[in-house]
Amino acid sequence: MSKLKNIFQTLKQNQQKAFIPFITAGDGGLDNTYALMQTLVDSGADVIELGVAFSDPMADGVVIARSHQRAVEAGVSLDNVLDLVRRFRQLNNTTAIVLMGYLNPIEIFGYQAFADKARECGVDGVLVVDMPAEEAHDLKRRLDAVDIDFIFLVAPTTTDKRLKLLATIASGFVYFVALKGVTGAQHLNIESVNANLMKVRKFIDLPVGVGFGIKDATTAQKVSKSADAVIVGSVLVAFIEKYSRDKTKMLASVGTLAKQISLALKR
Amino acid sequence: MNNYNLPDDSGHFAQYGGIFIAETLMIAVSELKEAYEKYQDDSDFIAEFKHDLKHYVGRETPLYHAQNLSQKISGAQIYLKREDLNHTGAHKINNTIGQALLAKRMGKTRIIAETGAGQHGVATATVAARLGLECVVYMGEIDMARQALNVFRMKLLGASVIPVKSGSKTLKDALNEAMRDWVTNIDNTFYIIGTVAGPHPYPMMVRDFQSVIGKEAKRQFSNQAGGLPDALVACVGGGSNAIGLFYPFIDDKSVAIYGVEAAGYGLEKGPTAHAAPLCAGSVGVLHGNRTYLMEDKNGQIIEGHSISAGLDYPGVGPEHAYLKDSGRANYVAVTDEEALDGFHTLTRVEGILPALESAHAVAYGMKLAKQLGKSKNIIINLSGRGDKDIHTVREIEGNGL
Repeated sequence: MSKLKNIFQTLKQNQQKAFIPFITAGDGGLDNTYALMQTLVDSGADVIELGVAFSDPMADGVVIARSHQRAVEAGVSLDNVLDLVRRFRQLNNTTAIVLMGYLNPIEIFGYQAFADKARECGVDGVLVVDMPAEEAHDLKRRLDAVDIDFIFLVAPTTTDKRLKLLATIASGFVYFVALKGVTGAQHLNIESVNANLMKVRKFIDLPVGVGFGIKDATTAQKVSKSADAVIVGSVLVAFIEKYSRDKTKMLASVGTLAKQISLALKR
Repeated sequence: MNNYNLPDDSGHFAQYGGIFIAETLMIAVSELKEAYEKYQDDSDFIAEFKHDLKHYVGRETPLYHAQNLSQKISGAQIYLKREDLNHTGAHKINNTIGQALLAKRMGKTRIIAETGAGQHGVATATVAARLGLECVVYMGEIDMARQALNVFRMKLLGASVIPVKSGSKTLKDALNEAMRDWVTNIDNTFYIIGTVAGPHPYPMMVRDFQSVIGKEAKRQFSNQAGGLPDALVACVGGGSNAIGLFYPFIDDKSVAIYGVEAAGYGLEKGPTAHAAPLCAGSVGVLHGNRTYLMEDKNGQIIEGHSISAGLDYPGVGPEHAYLKDSGRANYVAVTDEEALDGFHTLTRVEGILPALESAHAVAYGMKLAKQLGKSKNIIINLSGRGDKDIHTVREIEGNGL
């Protein structure tokens, strides 16, 4: 059974929800990301989403876009991120790792080479923001062959027809985008999220994570009533930016917020 | 015989093109695809488009036999397709008219656009003003400084020009920012992309709107000189003026096709020195489609260089990528210096000041005319006028004349 499936099953049995923090790999250096991953695990992360930096992160808001830029400027490559996962796996074999990024670095790496190395390094899931299901069959086949889950975004505007299509290709969980906009945007409407999740579940029999616009434990807790997982990114990445010169403060503030959110999901 | 019929239903030109966007944008792109499918053959839509091109843009534009230039080179006869004479000074408005009419039919009240040199931004602000639509133009901070006059022009037309401070602060980042706006304001907003890039149906739709250039040129050449020209030459940034000229000739195999990219300081100086993805780039995915890109070994996009802000884009329309691989079109590159030479030569010999983008086509066209010899005829697409570039040329060459 895939690690993601296992995690979601166990949580469900305990009536708990998954906490999935997002950070951009290599933001502040790869060692910094490694330290942050440890902090996130200690704070109760069930899955860590690692952003793979791209020079043109079209679907991300300013905060995460800037983190991509910092990592690109630091020369962080997809290959480096895979090596980082391998390093993390040497001490941790329970927290699932999902890579989230844009297609071009994977195109250049090569689909098969990527699938092989991702498996070897211990990656559990892959989400390619700008690769809709229609274009994803080749990569899907190769990820399936190495038992890596292929995670897809679902939007409030996703039609029933597309939900059916996504049901045929997604695995692990689906990532429901809580609002119209980019990562880190405002105006999260809990009621409409709940209504949308009902619709998603009608078509897709997978755990549903909710992200975009969740910034604190209270919101996370509200969202978790209907979601199986809560994904939190921009607010953590903002701490990484703010305390880029003070690693102790960075780890402490990321850890504190992560712990609050995690506790809210484990009540 | 008409056997070229790409893209396919999913927007592919063989391996190129397609739809590579986030799920959050899929609804907008499929709405657009449906609307375009509905209206592209609609007689009212076509009539309104043609009416506006004639009475508002000033089409058809002349196909001008540049006898002085031909004589000076002492090679092939050179014909210039005068897109510089369009309202707003470039071919860009052919497309913005088409897309804005579509936006109106789709009930969208707000128009957004990206712009590099500002020509597409101006063309968009212009049609938005005329149709009474709100208009927001995204422009890289660096480009805004380089093209201050166009920024003011857009503001005069009632558009908001938003400086883009992310990434390299140029055209590609303006495109990213426009996409972000579109995702956020999907309900009332129509995104007018200025070139034959972006996700399907943009490369096809923009090509169709621009193909008026080639259709006219074909008829005009036949009337003036008889038969078909021997070669076509157009500059390629994203590639909309080029595809507009080339497309109606694709099945006329006797017509050689040349797309001219920006070699900047020289292709041999490496990827930051030029903007020639077809000549010196590699295949990847950016801004919604698979095509040739300027990118590094890790798949990060490289910001290139050209004297001309309109050619300074790290990707290129996917149909050009296909035409290159299939061998139907040839892609070449000319340097900043050669383009400046083309700029001056045309200005002095014919009294026509070309845009620096178009000056690339002129420069290569002059070389080609010489090679082909006197018995041949070529059409160069003069995609825009050079008024906007006087400032740049003056800065490079000093004030003295």
